[in-house]
Amino acid sequence: MLRVKDVSKVYKTGMFGGSEFTAVSGVSFDVEPGEVVSLIGESGSGKTTVGKMILRLTGVTSGSITFGGVEVSALRKSQLRGYYAQVQGVFQDPFSSYNPVFKADRVFELIRGNYLRGMSRSEWNGKVRRSLEDVGLEPADVLGKYPHQLSGGQLQRLLIARALLLDIQFLVADEIISMLDASTRIDVLNLLGDLKARGLGILFVTHDLSLGNYISDKTIILRRGRIVEMGATEKVFGDPRHAYTRMLLSSVPQFGHKWEKLEDLDLSESDAASADMRPGVLDEGAAGDLLEVDRDHFVATG
Amino acid sequence: MSLTVDNLRVYYRTLRGDVRALDGVTFRVEDGEIMGIAGESGCGKTTLGKSLIRLDGRMRYIEGKVQIDGVDLPIADTGAMDAFRYRSVSIIPQQAMSALNPIRKIGRMIEELLDSRGVSYDETKPELSRRLRLVGLDDGVLDRFPIELSGGMKQRVVLVLSTLLDPSLLIADELTSALDVSTQKAVAEMLVEFRDRSFVKSTLVITHDLSILYQIADTILVMYAGKLVEKGPSSELTAEPRHPYTQLLLGSLPEVGVRFNERRLTGIAGRPPSLLDPPTGCRFRDRCPLAFAKCSEEPPFVEVEPGRFAACWKASD
Amino acid sequence: MAVEPRVQTESTGTAEVTIVAPEVAPPHRKRNEILYFAFRNRKLVIGLSFVLFFLLLAIVGPWLTDAGPFEFGFPTGQPPSSAHWLGTTAPGQDVYAQFVYGLRSSFIVGALAGIIAAAIAMVVGFAGGYFGGVFDELLSMLTNVVLVIPTLAVLIIVAAYLKVGSLTSEAILIGVTSWPWAARAIRAQTFSLGARDFVSLARLSGQRSWAVIAKEIAPNMSSYLFLAFILLFGGAILAAATLDFLGLGPSQVMSLGLMMNTAISSAALQLGYWWWFIPPGIGITAIVGGLYVMNVGLDEVFNPKLRET
Repeated sequence: MLRVKDVSKVYKTGMFGGSEFTAVSGVSFDVEPGEVVSLIGESGSGKTTVGKMILRLTGVTSGSITFGGVEVSALRKSQLRGYYAQVQGVFQDPFSSYNPVFKADRVFELIRGNYLRGMSRSEWNGKVRRSLEDVGLEPADVLGKYPHQLSGGQLQRLLIARALLLDIQFLVADEIISMLDASTRIDVLNLLGDLKARGLGILFVTHDLSLGNYISDKTIILRRGRIVEMGATEKVFGDPRHAYTRMLLSSVPQFGHKWEKLEDLDLSESDAASADMRPGVLDEGAAGDLLEVDRDHFVATG
Repeated sequence: MSLTVDNLRVYYRTLRGDVRALDGVTFRVEDGEIMGIAGESGCGKTTLGKSLIRLDGRMRYIEGKVQIDGVDLPIADTGAMDAFRYRSVSIIPQQAMSALNPIRKIGRMIEELLDSRGVSYDETKPELSRRLRLVGLDDGVLDRFPIELSGGMKQRVVLVLSTLLDPSLLIADELTSALDVSTQKAVAEMLVEFRDRSFVKSTLVITHDLSILYQIADTILVMYAGKLVEKGPSSELTAEPRHPYTQLLLGSLPEVGVRFNERRLTGIAGRPPSLLDPPTGCRFRDRCPLAFAKCSEEPPFVEVEPGRFAACWKASD
Repeated sequence: MAVEPRVQTESTGTAEVTIVAPEVAPPHRKRNEILYFAFRNRKLVIGLSFVLFFLLLAIVGPWLTDAGPFEFGFPTGQPPSSAHWLGTTAPGQDVYAQFVYGLRSSFIVGALAGIIAAAIAMVVGFAGGYFGGVFDELLSMLTNVVLVIPTLAVLIIVAAYLKVGSLTSEAILIGVTSWPWAARAIRAQTFSLGARDFVSLARLSGQRSWAVIAKEIAPNMSSYLFLAFILLFGGAILAAATLDFLGLGPSQVMSLGLMMNTAISSAALQLGYWWWFIPPGIGITAIVGGLYVMNVGLDEVFNPKLRET
């Protein structure tokens, strides 16, 4: 359904665009209907950029993104409307996603105004109610309220309901629960699982490995714009082959299991130091081509 | 060094009345202890941290006593607290790494800070260098501007800076939240290292992340809606929580290894009560699956087992 | 449902951080809150009083006199009396009539020029800030060029050559040269608002660019746009008075600047005819000063962090 092939994003920086910054380099993956794919990476990995490129919120420097066979980056402005009826996004900060001057359900009105103008009011109200029920919200609790009167969890679910109004086939969920409280996170995550069962394809962008492990069928580990490991979730988490993946997994704090010392993990010095330890310069030789080490399990060389 | 907090109550002034952010907490921190204060947003943990050093002008101290080594901390008086700030009690506030002065080189900023406290920069410099090396940085960092450093580097600078004068109590508020998972581990381990080397006597680690606390804290204190709900050694508390809130909270955390199609986790329905006009009785009552008639009377925070405290009528069963 | 203090979780990129935000009221409550603070803000009240007083005078004043502003025939050089409240000019015109008609002109020019300048500033600022890229660079260049031109010098030269004949042409001239600072400010605000998620979401909802600007971005800047307009208004009145004073404004329309021009050239200073040149001077100063003071007060009202309470 969604095919990302060899996509790169290069930003021009500095005076008069003199220098370059590569945010994403040579990323390729597919998402099928009813599949949740986790795109896992730390800050600076380019994961949000990939999501934005799929949503056409930023351009692709090279490579191709096709949805249902149609090249997304070549769509003209007039065709975007049709694209957005099939592909939508939900972002990280629920309070920033709503215009503070208006009521929260205005996000539904925007959809109606642009896509479903011909629909009668009563039909529309019914559709809205069904969408809200699908995401586990009581219409009376959330309609007619301002964003600050609702909780982060309700706001995120409202955004998912909005996306469902269009009968979308694919959702980009960019860190959608990282700003929610722990007790509500799992409910929104479970919601994604339910949607997947209905045939929705989901790209779940996150930095949190345990969330990715919980919800996704396939996992992609991104480092500094390149894929270092990718494959079925149980394979990537159960048998991590790339040193970076192993380092990430060893850093996740878990209950009943204290952190291991790095020496026990047989990692080289440069892998142990994550991207965050040294600022600035993108390491050009960060990852090589992807090798298939097992069925549905790919690891980058180098 | 020991810290005792006795029935501390701190509210926030607002146009609509007082927000009872911290509503009567009592606990004790021992010498060399790393105590984690855990809870979700609005539980009062940040208010607790800030009230111990009196940094926020909107806070209204209502009642309660705080003592360090038997000496009263004048937390109701901003001026009087000045003698204690940075020397005996030090805080790393939330988003500290974003609060570094962007137009000052790190070294210059440290120098100004020490000057303002009457400490000689030149005399302290050798120790400063030693500590920077300990956390994996070098003196070169002193000549750089904050924007030239990564998030992890800034957080380590902040850690060294806050503990430079060997405070008795360090309050770290969401120290690791904005960091990548690998840096998070490094910084969290540094907190332990600092305690082990006696740069800091005791530490309060305030965070929403219970799994980090499991890794580095000796004791965990769980808060909800301005009150304490549970306290105990970290491994015991996380393995066998006594308070329903803690149980539900731990039950909602996905761990690596748990998958949606195998075992579906659940969250906690509902929302925390309004702190403008909190309900009487147990504040978790409305969301608690174990609630019964007695919960309309507020349960006291008592020791249900040696070393284990909980505020729940059902906890001692 | 009680509005609770909003406890907000904020992210700095990868994970959750908690802060407690001060009270945030819903927009309708906010309007009441704004009115509440507005009436208590001394600067706003004082400034507004001055402006409203003169506005009232400009509207009602001419009805209170039969004399026309250019009408001759009255006793020459008379100080204020019951017959002529502000006295008469050297050639025998009624100063009060001139003054109140002049006030009318000032307000009309100010409003018209302010609207023109605001419109240009908004188009340039919003377009540059939202679309960015080469388009923005071109608009910025235009803005900078107009900004750097010494406006007064240009106005003087153009006015001297084109012979400004009416208030409208004067207003257009001023409006077309005074917008750059507002455009830059609007552009900066648009940049930062445009990066917010609700703008991305609007785009994902199929909204066209101008609809996004008008319905998503502008409403969030409404207080700022209002303030900018007031400044443009005040600046235009001042610029018009300057032009008129130099004799470059319309000569067939009475204005405060023209009054002062005629007064000075008729040696009113030396003759001691203070009632001729002091009222227009006070008028301009009070109106423009009042507007600026109002502006500072309004800024405090709109921005809770600046409030003195």
